[in-house]
Amino acid sequence: MNEQILRINDLAVHFYMDTRIVPAVDGVSFSVSRGETLGLVGESGCGKSVTALSIMRLLPSPPARIVRGEIWFKGENLLDKTNEEMRKIRGNDISMIFQEPMTSLNPVFTVGYQISEVIMQHQNVSKKEALERAIEMLRMVKIPLPEKRIKQYPHQLSGGMRQRVMIAMALACNPELLIADEPTTALDVTIEAQILELINELKERFGSSVIMITHDLGVVAEIADKVAVMYSGRILEQADVHSIFNNPKHPYTQGLLETIPDIDLPRGQRLKEIKGVVPLPDEIKVGCRFKSRCEYVRAECMVDEPPLMQVGSSLVRCWNYA
Amino acid sequence: MLKYIVKRIVLMIPVVTVMTLIVFSIFYFAPGDPVSRIAGPNVTPEVYESIRRKYGLDQPFIIQYLRFMKSVIEGDLGVSILQERPVIEMIKERLPVTLEIGLLGFLITFLIAIPAGVIAAVKKNTMVDYLCMSGTLLGTAIPTFWLGMLLMYFFAYKLRWFPISGYGTIRHLILPSFAIGLTNAAITARMVRSSMLEVLKQDYVRTARSKGLLEKVVIYRHALKNALIPVITLMGLRLGWIIGGSVALEIIFSIPGIGRLMVDSILARDYPVVQGSMIVLTSSIILANILADILYAIVDPRIRYS
Ligand SMILES: Nc1ncnc2c1ncn2[C@@H]1O[C@H](COP(=O)(O)OP(=O)(O)OP(=O)(O)O)[C@@H](O)[C@H]1O
Ligand code: SF4
Ligand SMILES: [Mg+2]
Repeated sequence: MNEQILRINDLAVHFYMDTRIVPAVDGVSFSVSRGETLGLVGESGCGKSVTALSIMRLLPSPPARIVRGEIWFKGENLLDKTNEEMRKIRGNDISMIFQEPMTSLNPVFTVGYQISEVIMQHQNVSKKEALERAIEMLRMVKIPLPEKRIKQYPHQLSGGMRQRVMIAMALACNPELLIADEPTTALDVTIEAQILELINELKERFGSSVIMITHDLGVVAEIADKVAVMYSGRILEQADVHSIFNNPKHPYTQGLLETIPDIDLPRGQRLKEIKGVVPLPDEIKVGCRFKSRCEYVRAECMVDEPPLMQVGSSLVRCWNYA
Repeated sequence: MLKYIVKRIVLMIPVVTVMTLIVFSIFYFAPGDPVSRIAGPNVTPEVYESIRRKYGLDQPFIIQYLRFMKSVIEGDLGVSILQERPVIEMIKERLPVTLEIGLLGFLITFLIAIPAGVIAAVKKNTMVDYLCMSGTLLGTAIPTFWLGMLLMYFFAYKLRWFPISGYGTIRHLILPSFAIGLTNAAITARMVRSSMLEVLKQDYVRTARSKGLLEKVVIYRHALKNALIPVITLMGLRLGWIIGGSVALEIIFSIPGIGRLMVDSILARDYPVVQGSMIVLTSSIILANILADILYAIVDPRIRYS
């Protein structure tokens, strides 16, 4: 049961820009077991989407290039796969839901077509069967009147509805791994709760593993079994969800926890921020990447970067635990 | 959809009205006396006056225009001074010829421009792209009539693959159609390329790939259908240009189309024929634009439902 379905080792992705090289992901390792949900957390620009797109092998290249690392999926390194082998995995064994529900569906095809298309691509079924499956999927993601909806175009649906369609599409071939890249960021709070609940429910039903990418620890609390906290292209802390919330070790994780919205305060006042800004990935990196914003910063933090260290059941990248 | 089509056609009415008004005014205000045009220079004042009254030329402008409109609506475009036949009959003979060349030219345009533009976009900044784009740059720089003459020189005069000029078989149509098709394909291919480049960056193309679709499905279905939307509009707008180009080609290849009819009639001062062909030509341009709009709505559901 505790079989690892995905194992990423020391992944590094660089963007080769005109004048400089941007190391967007810089030595990331983590694993996901069957049926498990990993929360991948971090502020904007820390490399979450780039990590996800690397798994899908959908990075825009140029400029992106995977310069180092391995991505093992069910015992095979995805980085060794040919394009054609990879294509057969996408949408079938691994699917992805994107950050932008408003632009991720094709405006000139009906919802029904876009869902049935992925079914027809990977399974040997007729158009009619695929369309019936599409209706079934829409019903599963709780879209009312699915028979009517399949004939509609994306612009006729709200953002929440479109994200449901994306989920239906992603789950249509019953993938073993679902990567959800901030699926609710663009949606309002009530819709967000519904979508998260839906993902949880479907995950139970299909037994899929999930990588839930978010910058919101509140989302993680609802859905994840284990959490990896990313910062500036690296993982700073990795632990099971209880340790992260009850006993956060890394100063950055502690800071993030303080930013969780307090429901009792009115909107707008709820968020506390960690002072300072995320360093750009192409800034020269000496010492700990979090040093410019850390309250506990000390001498060695300025010179050497801490390694990921085992502290109790957590992995932490901080000199305080050395 | 039907509602949309009806709406577009209703909106055509004022455009056509203004167009006929302009065409009518050109001839009304043109220098030269229409009565002497009809009766010749040596005419007695009595005959002159009777002709004036017979053709209603003594009436005020607005009445004359309304009468003109009435007969146009009834399908009567007047009688040729030179041939003394109804203008509408002469146009009916000539119009299909022009349409044949135009449509064939259009077909050639698309058959060349779409693959060239798509391949150039997909293989952006490679040799293939540079080759396609320099080819099309050349194409946009050459005027249609000149390309027509070049094609005639090489393929008809030197190689003798096609007849030099005239009309009758499909082989007569090939060179003029290619002259239209190639120059038009050049600008269309550039448009397809830039439109494709824009579309390929869109999130939904990434979604299509994430579904594990075949690359050709991603490109030719998901991306191309979106990329064609602006191209259709451009094509509608370029129709006038195509027709203008085909007038020149009809002269060069001595093809009895409506362009040639119009030019011959201008030279012969056969004004009713000129007027009639102008109305038919401009109407077909307006009609083509409406067809482009309808096609646009078919491709882009956001138009249809708003
Ligand atoms: N297409 C691109 N071209 C150049 N650089 C890029 C591109 N995409 C990402 N990057 C670089 O990679 C870094 C990480 O980007 P990524 O999209 O993974 O961030 P993220 O963690 O998903 O942030 P967000 O929460 O805003 O989605 C960015 O800071 C940027 O410098
Ligand atoms: S290593 Fe130093 S700077 Fe980095 S988080 Fe730990 S204490 Fe702060
Ligand atoms: Mg992202």
